[in-house]
Amino acid sequence: MGLFILRRSGVMILTALCLTFIVFSLTNLYPNLEKLAKTQGNFRMTDEAVASWLDKNGYSQPMAVKYGQWLGVLPGWTYDSDDGVTGRCIVGVVTETEAGEFPRFCGILQGDWGHSTVLQKDVSDVVWERLGNTLRLMGWVLLLMVPSALIIGVLAGMREGSVTDRSLSTVSILTTATPEYVSGVVFIAIFTSSTVGLKWFKGSATAATENPTFENFFLPVLTIALYGMGYIARMTRASMTEVMTAQYIRTARLKGVSFPKIVLKHALRNALIAPFTVIMLQFPWLLNGVVIVETLFNYKGFGWILVQAAGNNDIELLLAISVVSVFVVLVTQLISDIGYVFLNPRIRIS
Amino acid sequence: MDPLSWTGKIAFLDPFLFLALGLLAASVAVWVLLSIVLPEDRAINVTAGGASLSSGPRDLATLAVKAALMATTALLLSYLVLGLIMGTGAGIVGAIAQQFLPVWIALVLLFTLSIRYKRRLGLYGKLFDSPIGMIGFGLVMFWVFTGIFGAFDLIITHDPLAQVSGLKNKVPGTALRNPQEGDFQWYLLGGDNLARDVFSRMVKGAWEVVKIAPLATLFAFMVGITLGLPAGYFGGKLDTFLSFLANLILAFPVILLFYLLVTPEIVQTGLPQYMAIVLFAFPLIFFYVLINARYRTQPAKNYLWLAAVLLPMLILYLMVVNEPGSKVNLLPAVLDRIDIPGGILVVFVSVVFVNSPTVFRIVRGLAMDIKTRDYVAAAQTRGERPWYIMLWEVLPNARGPLIVDFCLRIGYTTILLGTLGFFGLGLPPESPDWGSTINEGRKLLAIYLHPALPPAFALLSMVLGLNLLADGLREESLKD
Repeated sequence: MGLFILRRSGVMILTALCLTFIVFSLTNLYPNLEKLAKTQGNFRMTDEAVASWLDKNGYSQPMAVKYGQWLGVLPGWTYDSDDGVTGRCIVGVVTETEAGEFPRFCGILQGDWGHSTVLQKDVSDVVWERLGNTLRLMGWVLLLMVPSALIIGVLAGMREGSVTDRSLSTVSILTTATPEYVSGVVFIAIFTSSTVGLKWFKGSATAATENPTFENFFLPVLTIALYGMGYIARMTRASMTEVMTAQYIRTARLKGVSFPKIVLKHALRNALIAPFTVIMLQFPWLLNGVVIVETLFNYKGFGWILVQAAGNNDIELLLAISVVSVFVVLVTQLISDIGYVFLNPRIRIS
Repeated sequence: MDPLSWTGKIAFLDPFLFLALGLLAASVAVWVLLSIVLPEDRAINVTAGGASLSSGPRDLATLAVKAALMATTALLLSYLVLGLIMGTGAGIVGAIAQQFLPVWIALVLLFTLSIRYKRRLGLYGKLFDSPIGMIGFGLVMFWVFTGIFGAFDLIITHDPLAQVSGLKNKVPGTALRNPQEGDFQWYLLGGDNLARDVFSRMVKGAWEVVKIAPLATLFAFMVGITLGLPAGYFGGKLDTFLSFLANLILAFPVILLFYLLVTPEIVQTGLPQYMAIVLFAFPLIFFYVLINARYRTQPAKNYLWLAAVLLPMLILYLMVVNEPGSKVNLLPAVLDRIDIPGGILVVFVSVVFVNSPTVFRIVRGLAMDIKTRDYVAAAQTRGERPWYIMLWEVLPNARGPLIVDFCLRIGYTTILLGTLGFFGLGLPPESPDWGSTINEGRKLLAIYLHPALPPAFALLSMVLGLNLLADGLREESLKD
């Protein structure tokens, strides 16, 4: 087990390195840098002005060197001008002697995530703050989605082909066919607009970052939860129907155990192994939904800064975002593998 | 002209429809409740063969649901038929029904022919044995026909890009202020915030989806199959490497990937075209290996087939990849007959790129499962080459799950296209695709509902149709 986790962590770090390098090279392509220079400087810069701006800010070094600096394995760049010295690790413009006092390496290995060009703040502050908002959203989504999906799946799967099964299966197909930007728009139209008149909720969740209430927070949560719910419910149903046809369930029925008892004591535990994996693997999709819903409801979380950073080619913020999301994806995969082994006695013992 | 009301002269049907819908909802609720509360039917029907009147509360509820459903369907059909006959006399509903006339004709023809000859049509014919599959297929084909006829300007009432003064954000059924001779007199589903016709935009949006989604899914399948079969069949280092690549792409949040790939700056660098060169080469490789594995021992036949299939594909490939004025410009302008607008190519390439790792994983899993079967061992004993076994023994036996996944994946691609439009990526800003229209409509959603809702429901019904179709296909393919 220890070796397994060790190997998976190695693969994880390798994946994260590859991914960040891809993001790094895509954001550092020349047209993107030119756009960055123009948004940071001014839009009527000449080509020479752009080149000198890039030179001054360390963007015109070779790609691998820049990536090494971001990682913190190469010393940060410095630039000498008439005013003094500027550099990656240096705050503001300083004289040569002062520049010696700053550390030479400042990458993520040293815990320095860099500076966000669009928000003009430290990346780590931005990411932590927004991640907190999104974690709150995700927490409520999971709290709503997982139990309801499991209940729907178990109810549908315990009697295959029955009325309950057919109606609940229809509901879950309907929810998987409704992407967040459709259900969100429909919910906003029905529950918040003045034309329909049911002003039960707020159409914007901006206030929910400080003060989440049922009124401004329920619709975003519901919108994300609905799309993921159908898929988990269908997987639970499939697993439940499989378990209900197993030999030991038939034995229990023939012994005369009552139906509710069979479902709760015998079937449920075995039927919930597969959905656990599915729920864990659902996280990357939730991340997607979070971006859409945060844009739709204007909730300033992790997805919202992703859109901001990507739209403005904020290189270091984007890299931090991709590190975090890759971490989330890979850790959930790891947990789902380990959890599967622990939950399934057949694998655990062998 | 007067503005149109929703149902016009057939408004007398409205109370009946509401009544029927209410009854339907109530009966379904009772039906579900009863099935949860009451114990299941354990009695064995002794009067088998004889017609017995159902009497238990369960049977009564089922009967009620059926009756309410029939009444609702009959009423909806009468709306449709009356609308077809009366046109704008029957209000917006009638006018829309009449505009969709070519679609109805095509649907009726398709369904009659298919049901008539369903025994000879294999898996496609069996689809017509499952009600769920038929409903799904109907929904999908409705939008496919809408897209195709819409592309020929048959269904639309106005130019989807034209702005008509005085119709900004107007409610459905508003009449044009000073219509020209031969113009359609109303905006059937109202105008959007640039005074364009919502109905025509929705119809045109169907073509955007029908044009891209199935083809992109097909390409993703080609890539996934060509890489997934050897990964699953050979295993070892190749498998480890390809799986690592697939997981790498899957670990990317899709939206971040789109933001990185589908920006004008990236298009400038020519990156999407390089990706197109790689991704579009996979169908060529696939068909080359497919034919070569089969006719390797008969060179004459082999070359004939290869030439007949690969030459046209190669020409198409070069025409699609080549783009004058960009970094990839190999062909002289005379030969470059196909010109794909840059935006569409980027969208296409990135959708294929995002979808293929998942297909790869499915195909790899299937190949690993099927390679342990006896017929594969038999082929190996016969001395068949690995590629022959993969493409002519393993692949045909994996077709069931692949067809089902194909349907689901078209739906997912439709959702992805909508996501792209929703974030305003790739497609031109005035493009009538559903995602962009929803994105524009949502900004004024608190006051005007009509611009955002029609494309939302269109997308919903199309994806729902594809999911139901996949469900029906799965059910029918499991039967044999």
